[in-house]
Amino acid sequence: MKKTLVALGLVVCMMMPALSSAQKVVCKIKGSDTCLPLSQKFAEVYGKKFPGSGISVVGGGSGVGLAALLSNTTDIAQSSRKMKMDEKLKMQEAGKKVKEVIIAYDALAVVVNPDNKISQLTREQLESIFTGKVTNWKQVGGQDLKIIVYSRETSSGTYEFFKEHVMNKKNFVSSALLMAATGAVVQSVSQTKGAIGYVGIAYLEKDIKALKVSYDKGKTFVTPNVENAMSRKYPITRPLYYYMTGAATAKVTPLLNFILSSEGQKIVLAEGYVPLS
Amino acid sequence: MKLRKLGEKFAEGILFTSSTVTTLTVLFIVYFLFKSGIGLFNVRPVEEGYTLALNGTNPIQELSSKQLKDIFNGDITNWKDVGGKDLDIQLFTLDELSTVYTEEQLGANFENIPFYVNDYVSKNPNIIAFFDSRYFPKNFSGHKLNISKISVKEFLTGKEWYPTATPAAQFGVLPLIMGTLWVTFLAILFAIPIGLVTAIYMAEIASERVRRLMKPVIELLAGIPSVVYGFFGLVVLVPMIQQVFNLPVGETALAGSIILGIMALPTIITVSEDAIRSAPVAMKEASLALGASHWQSVKYVVLPYARSGIMAAIILGIGRAIGETMAVLMVTGNAAVMPHSILEPVRTIPATIAAELGEAPFGGTHFKALFALGIILFIITFIFNSLVEMIKTKNK
Repeated sequence: MKKTLVALGLVVCMMMPALSSAQKVVCKIKGSDTCLPLSQKFAEVYGKKFPGSGISVVGGGSGVGLAALLSNTTDIAQSSRKMKMDEKLKMQEAGKKVKEVIIAYDALAVVVNPDNKISQLTREQLESIFTGKVTNWKQVGGQDLKIIVYSRETSSGTYEFFKEHVMNKKNFVSSALLMAATGAVVQSVSQTKGAIGYVGIAYLEKDIKALKVSYDKGKTFVTPNVENAMSRKYPITRPLYYYMTGAATAKVTPLLNFILSSEGQKIVLAEGYVPLS
Repeated sequence: MKLRKLGEKFAEGILFTSSTVTTLTVLFIVYFLFKSGIGLFNVRPVEEGYTLALNGTNPIQELSSKQLKDIFNGDITNWKDVGGKDLDIQLFTLDELSTVYTEEQLGANFENIPFYVNDYVSKNPNIIAFFDSRYFPKNFSGHKLNISKISVKEFLTGKEWYPTATPAAQFGVLPLIMGTLWVTFLAILFAIPIGLVTAIYMAEIASERVRRLMKPVIELLAGIPSVVYGFFGLVVLVPMIQQVFNLPVGETALAGSIILGIMALPTIITVSEDAIRSAPVAMKEASLALGASHWQSVKYVVLPYARSGIMAAIILGIGRAIGETMAVLMVTGNAAVMPHSILEPVRTIPATIAAELGEAPFGGTHFKALFALGIILFIITFIFNSLVEMIKTKNK
């Protein structure tokens, strides 16, 4: 009994700081897990710069954030995709005017094992590889080697993004190996000869080779890097959005100004995302 | 005196309540699992609140979810492949509406959407439209397309697992069941002989000093978090298997079962060692006195005596292997395909639940399908336990 009391007391004590800081929060950000590390860094730096300003950042997925915006439980919804027609209509029904701001870009690189001789592919070739229509590297001009497709888990936003932008909304081949984290994709591609996978450009390193990609049927191939993503030459790039309602504008404007300033965009670059300019 | 009796009553009461609460909790969890899982067979695999519709002249009334998936995947491109006219299939979703018509036409509050959906569907005889049911036009010229409900048979024998595919998700769990069984059986195949041999060695042959050293080391194995096993497997075991067998990919059922085997070892070793050591010394001495050698005594007297304890050890080992999630998730590659050999990637049921439950919308079809997977896992373990129980009583 005594122990239970002590444990209860401990729990209460641990919650105290959380409770007191919760009262200080003036701005809530919720949504996409892709944006999460970036928003957290923004909140951290901004909080240091302007002591007393509390920003709480929560993940959960883009859909969760937008649903929270609709139910007034967040001030900003962070999203790794544009608002869907469906969500726009719901906002409309609730009588909310929603403002959209692009805060940064995120680019995906298609990666293979460094021993692979292939260094560029077209979108059509990528589609047939990831949907399983092409199963050997020699079919796209490489060596005679079985293609091993690596993907993220079906629940990940990166999976959806890749499916929509590269595979024309078609499904991945069922023999694709689904990895729980981007780090695992990097590890597996680096040690598997016939592997192909996709990772955010922040994860590129020397153990894996990033492919040049062409979205105009092989006329121009573009290297995935920050410069090309910034100039929009590299096609597998997606904007990251903040959505907010008209009512909260005054509350979030200082934070937005900070994010869009050169100082904020430096954080974007440092965190491995692509700055706006 | 009275006080003591009261105290005893009180203690009994506590014992009774705690065991009742435990039993009820277990029953509640099982009930919750079944209730959520069974619901899967009452829904259609098309997302709630969405409609599939065809042009009025299209004779097709119903499609299976597999046909629908193949159509939206571009594998079926002509209506005659699903029993219709010889026409190319045209796909249509609301997003495309905004590319065909201007925002102005759709209206400031999108009030004209139903009208244009009707307009577009009636103009294209080869269309298949997928849209939010709220925009279903009043005087619709086309007709709704029915998608058959998920049947138990389809669920258990289906070979495709695409839980998030739109418009029609695929819930075929056969590859997942096979993956789980393969990995578990292989793991047990590794773990039982090695575990038993080690247990016999430690209980009967090893000197006290060796035993004192080995036992904590083996028990330490049980204390390592499973994600560490998984990482070890991914970085060390997977490349090794790939090289030894000269495979295109190292993430295989074999890698998963070796890791699981290692993880089940400490349970099997410590529990069966305790069982072997609990054989009465008098029995062993009697056997030795009759002229049997040490090894004969172990084989014919001690081991038969410890049989039920060893069985318990094996059940516990299997229990750990079949439900293990994290380590398997990391080393088996998680491809939902039917396994043909142990040197191919597999996806297990626990890994699937762990990887997908967090993002599945609460109460949705995908959510229910994952609970149905939980039921299957529960039944597999239940059968396992009953089998071992049967063997145990037979041997007695």
